[in-house]
Amino acid sequence: MDGGRGPFREVSAPLSVDKVFLRYAGDAGIVTAVEDVSFAVEEGERLVLLGPSGCGKSTLLRAIGGFLPVAEGAIRLNGRPVTGPGPDRMMVFQEFDQLLPWRTVAGNVAFALRKARGLPKDEAWRRAREWVGRVGLARFADAYPHTLSGGMKQRVAIARAFAVQPAILLMDEPFAALDALSRRRMQDELLSLCEAAGSTVIFVTHGIDEAVRIGTRILVLSPHPGRLAAEYLVPEAARERGSAAFAEIEADIHARVFSGTPPEPQAVLADFREPSLV
Amino acid sequence: MSDHALDAPRRAASGARFHLSTSFWRRAVILAALALAWEAYARWLGNGLLLPTFGETLAALWNSSINGELPARVATSLSLLLAGYGIGIAVAATLTALAALSRWGEDLLGLLTSMFNPLPAIALLPVALLWFGIGPPSLIFVIVHAVLWPLALACHAGFRAVPPTLRMAGRNMGLAGPSYVFGLLIPAALPAILSGLRLGWAFAWRTLIAAEMVFGVSARSGGLGWFIYTNRAQLETANVFAGLLVVVLIGLAVENVVFRTLGRLTIQRWGQES
Repeated sequence: MDGGRGPFREVSAPLSVDKVFLRYAGDAGIVTAVEDVSFAVEEGERLVLLGPSGCGKSTLLRAIGGFLPVAEGAIRLNGRPVTGPGPDRMMVFQEFDQLLPWRTVAGNVAFALRKARGLPKDEAWRRAREWVGRVGLARFADAYPHTLSGGMKQRVAIARAFAVQPAILLMDEPFAALDALSRRRMQDELLSLCEAAGSTVIFVTHGIDEAVRIGTRILVLSPHPGRLAAEYLVPEAARERGSAAFAEIEADIHARVFSGTPPEPQAVLADFREPSLV
Repeated sequence: MSDHALDAPRRAASGARFHLSTSFWRRAVILAALALAWEAYARWLGNGLLLPTFGETLAALWNSSINGELPARVATSLSLLLAGYGIGIAVAATLTALAALSRWGEDLLGLLTSMFNPLPAIALLPVALLWFGIGPPSLIFVIVHAVLWPLALACHAGFRAVPPTLRMAGRNMGLAGPSYVFGLLIPAALPAILSGLRLGWAFAWRTLIAAEMVFGVSARSGGLGWFIYTNRAQLETANVFAGLLVVVLIGLAVENVVFRTLGRLTIQRWGQES
């Protein structure tokens, strides 16, 4: 659906995060999860938030999704402050239970289209089937989610998010719970979907290889509290797995995350989990 | 090879059907054996006042069905039950909604359920008689009490157990207010709601029959419990057993036909059955 310039996509320069602090009440008082983070996402960009666990990347994404309030600063979508969740920022979660179990595969997508876009039933179902086919699940359009594998459920969630054609797609480690092989295939498919639709994406991950494969730009966050540590522009040539540029940028992020350019190297080292070898 | 692999699920399904039918036949044989034992013992005892034979019980069942007395009693009982069940559901829905909306509501529900859930509904009958007198309102009052607490407890637990990811996904799609409740929360909590309805039904049915034994709505037109009680007083023991049989049959029918069908059409099909 490359011609899909619906009302949701007409305004450009979607998202800005401006000096944002995020805090929550933990066991030991107020914890700062994200400290003074600023960035902007341009139209058609795929921005990856990369970092070890505890760096606040998922918290930040949830704040962008409107599920958490910002303590300081502002998150703006098309110039308007984000105050709550909405279908202009469709989110894909890591957990498999994000689908409505009582609706079929196509039904889940159609329901989102009717609720989020107000489409009439026929049109919603037509588009839903189209998107289900696009993620390779045409045969399973009328199956209920509990009969699907984890990877297939994530495909449905991705189809649902794309179908709504939000201003920006938010992906919270959508492939983290998949086995290595499916994860790799899903990355490739997501990439081609994004490129075909020209989607604007924020993708959260702790896998360096995933970040390089998916992103056009990578922001590395350091933990406790989450701060921006480094920024990488990923050139087109580096997107191919096994290419010299891919290995180079991956090694560089490795070196930087481990070598102590961020403020608290020990904490980084202790918390950083190697992504499984693919 | 691959053909066999494709056939596997189908064979498994027909196997399940086969299993179901053998279990059905097994149960039928057990039931027949029990009926036979009953008949033999009652004949050996030879005292129709203490224990009528199975045949006599069936005859009594047939006769009181034909002369219209038993169906009328069943209708009385069921209409009272449905009224109480309906009111119970409405109050449970209100309380659960309050609990979902505010902390005060949540504490109110928690406190009320922990106080009233352990109290057998039938224990409230004297109070009900005092307040409402002898008549349908007293019976409905105890039925509401029997349905309300287990149902409210189950619904509340069901709403609380809706996964946070599913809630976020719903709000992400723009669900809010009524569309959030009816489009997401209620279907997501349906397994708990259904089991609460089932439990409430079972409590209500037991409570009603027990309460009806205390008095009939009026001397001529009591419910099923009153039918059993008056027939005992008149030493029509075969009718007593016929009444008991009807109580069991209605309980079984609602459990196995109504609730099992509801479950099969919804949570079982959606893989939500825990």
